[in-house]
Amino acid sequence: MQQVLDVLIISTKAFFGPLAVFYALMAIGLNVHFGYTGLLNFGQIGFAMLGGFGIAISVTTYGLPFVVGVLVGLLAAVLFALLLGLPTLRLRADYLAIVTIAAAEILRLLFRSVSATPITGATRGLSGFSGDFYALSPFETSARYTILGARWSGRELWVVSVGWTLVALGCLAVWLLMRSPWGRVIKAIREDEDAARSLGKNVYAYKMQSLILGGIFGALGGMIYALATSSANPDQYQSANTFLAYAALILGGTARVLGPVIGAMIFWFLLAFTESGLVELTGADGIIPPEILSSTDVAQIRFVLVGLGLMTLLIFRPQGIFGDRREVMLDAR
Amino acid sequence: MLRRFVAVVVLGFAALLTVLSGQASAEGEQIIGTLQTGRSGPIEGVTITVETTGGDEVGTDQTDSDGRFAIELPDGAGDYVVTLDADDLPDGVILREGGAERRITVGANRTQPVAFGIGDGSLRQASANIEILQRTLEGIRFGLLIAMAAVGLSLIFGTTGLVNFAHGELVAIGAVIAWFLNVDAGIPLIPATVAAIALGAVVGAINELGLWRPLRNRGTGLVAMLVISIGLSLALRYVLQIVFGGRARAYVSFQGQSATSYGVIRITDKDLFSIALSLAVLILVALMLQKTKVGKAMRAVADNRDLASSSGINVDRVILFVWMLGGALATLGGVLFGLSDQVSWDMGFQLLLLMFAGVVLGGLGTAYGALVGSLIVGIFVQVSTIVIPDETKYVGGLLLLIVILVVRPSGILGARARIG
Repeated sequence: MQQVLDVLIISTKAFFGPLAVFYALMAIGLNVHFGYTGLLNFGQIGFAMLGGFGIAISVTTYGLPFVVGVLVGLLAAVLFALLLGLPTLRLRADYLAIVTIAAAEILRLLFRSVSATPITGATRGLSGFSGDFYALSPFETSARYTILGARWSGRELWVVSVGWTLVALGCLAVWLLMRSPWGRVIKAIREDEDAARSLGKNVYAYKMQSLILGGIFGALGGMIYALATSSANPDQYQSANTFLAYAALILGGTARVLGPVIGAMIFWFLLAFTESGLVELTGADGIIPPEILSSTDVAQIRFVLVGLGLMTLLIFRPQGIFGDRREVMLDAR
Repeated sequence: MLRRFVAVVVLGFAALLTVLSGQASAEGEQIIGTLQTGRSGPIEGVTITVETTGGDEVGTDQTDSDGRFAIELPDGAGDYVVTLDADDLPDGVILREGGAERRITVGANRTQPVAFGIGDGSLRQASANIEILQRTLEGIRFGLLIAMAAVGLSLIFGTTGLVNFAHGELVAIGAVIAWFLNVDAGIPLIPATVAAIALGAVVGAINELGLWRPLRNRGTGLVAMLVISIGLSLALRYVLQIVFGGRARAYVSFQGQSATSYGVIRITDKDLFSIALSLAVLILVALMLQKTKVGKAMRAVADNRDLASSSGINVDRVILFVWMLGGALATLGGVLFGLSDQVSWDMGFQLLLLMFAGVVLGGLGTAYGALVGSLIVGIFVQVSTIVIPDETKYVGGLLLLIVILVVRPSGILGARARIG
């Protein structure tokens, strides 16, 4: 019984944890791209990486203040969006998908290459950039707080509070934008690009604005992630993470303001639940014999489940939990 | 090229160590070193200056005919800055990374060796052309390998409109099946590959029959299918990691072959075989597309599905055949990649992006475009390692993808209408 309780406590912590914030922010960005505009951005993790490394490189490598690092990260995300959008936004949706995933991989390969060591720390990454951020914390960073049975350090509480504040502001921004004329044009582009164009709207410019906006959310997510782990390592930003964010988004419901947020929370609850549950089950006195699944394989199971979950959702319930089937942009080319 | 430079620098270190062993017992503190490269031999007459960290000069020396220098340190142990006057270096000899300045700490009664990284620039000039030839050959091998995997990807797109992000996993599954047959079951690689190709075709067929055909019949949209293929790719990739393990591993057969020289170019037998085999297979595929009934049907379906269907072509059967062909070719590509590099659980994803680059470069949906595009990407990736580090070589291929979309989005052989 105690074990079941432990598993529940760990999962509840994951429900609110920094990873849920990270994926919620990435998914909010993807919601702007995919849910509202119909852009298939498969390189959201690249934006997150620019955000995280924006702070890390500015502070650790060049000794700039923390605030400058945040600005650098956001600026880098905007530039990245422009770079990706220029060649692809005039083309069909799948070209953007291919280019974004390739660009995110290019960034990761460049950041982890030996020749980039003086700037990005290559495969060892960078650390020691979060001091200024934690100095702002109202919580005692070394103290421990117990909430709902889970133990949180002051640092974690601070990251999570900043993170959820950002998520709330982000949702508010998306909500306001989507009920503005701008949001209506964006949704019109998702439904029928040619119709929007024939009404005199500059579709290309609107798509670009949407790509930039969503990319900024991705960068903010990456910053929270880097601050929460106090390190920035290129290999933390694998392409697969983009699809975890997609899974969270589609689970919650695309084209819904709170869809990505609730999706990310439930998603991390489920992941932490299955993972810590599997660890218990495959452990020393577990039920599953190691020939079938050893405890070292549990980390991979996460991705297998996410992949299968993504497929199942799209096949049987593409609108997710809260979505509206009519608003889900999935049959267009 | 880089390797040769390292060798030169290491030679410098070796020379320095011999000096060290002769003088290690000397009284007082001293800084010593030797300047020489593989081709130029010892370098004479280069001024070396030692300063304290505060900038006060402690001593200076010029290298002798053996390229050696030695500077006494009257101030004793401490931190020093050793500077080499780069203007004194003879033509063709250049400073490598690290520059002309070294900060060192000298312990009490130590003779402290200092190494400057210097390389023989003239060496680079002489062999650059051969290097390009050599890399082009490797690029052709790599490009043909990508092409084999990519033909299936392009044909699947052409016939069904699906951009299959799980195509890389077909490559990896094939290579892993061959690995288990070769290493665990002890079957020689060639029969193991033949068996794996048959199984790869079956995997392709399962893909079509178990997933994509039912989805098409349900009327699932293309964007949804694209995301589903991503989900499939994630699930398969990490199942592979569980089954195969996280490390990259090699086949037992054909290991440690040394390269044979053909004039100025050196190539191993297995690489030569790989080129010949891929060429033969690709020519067969082209002949099949051009001459046989099923090949013509494939092109017809790719061109206009409804028209093909109304002309009496069984579209579903043609698509099934495309998937089987794609699975088989991907497997062969995977085995050849495993032979030249190694088999790993995530090789599919690495190759997938290069396949995309090749396919988009040639024109999405055209079989011959995939071939030409992949070949260009392969050569570009390998030749680019002359100027960029080996570990970032895939970056070049992916950048090429972005550039081609700016310049000519329909690709080299693609029709303008396809990009819509």
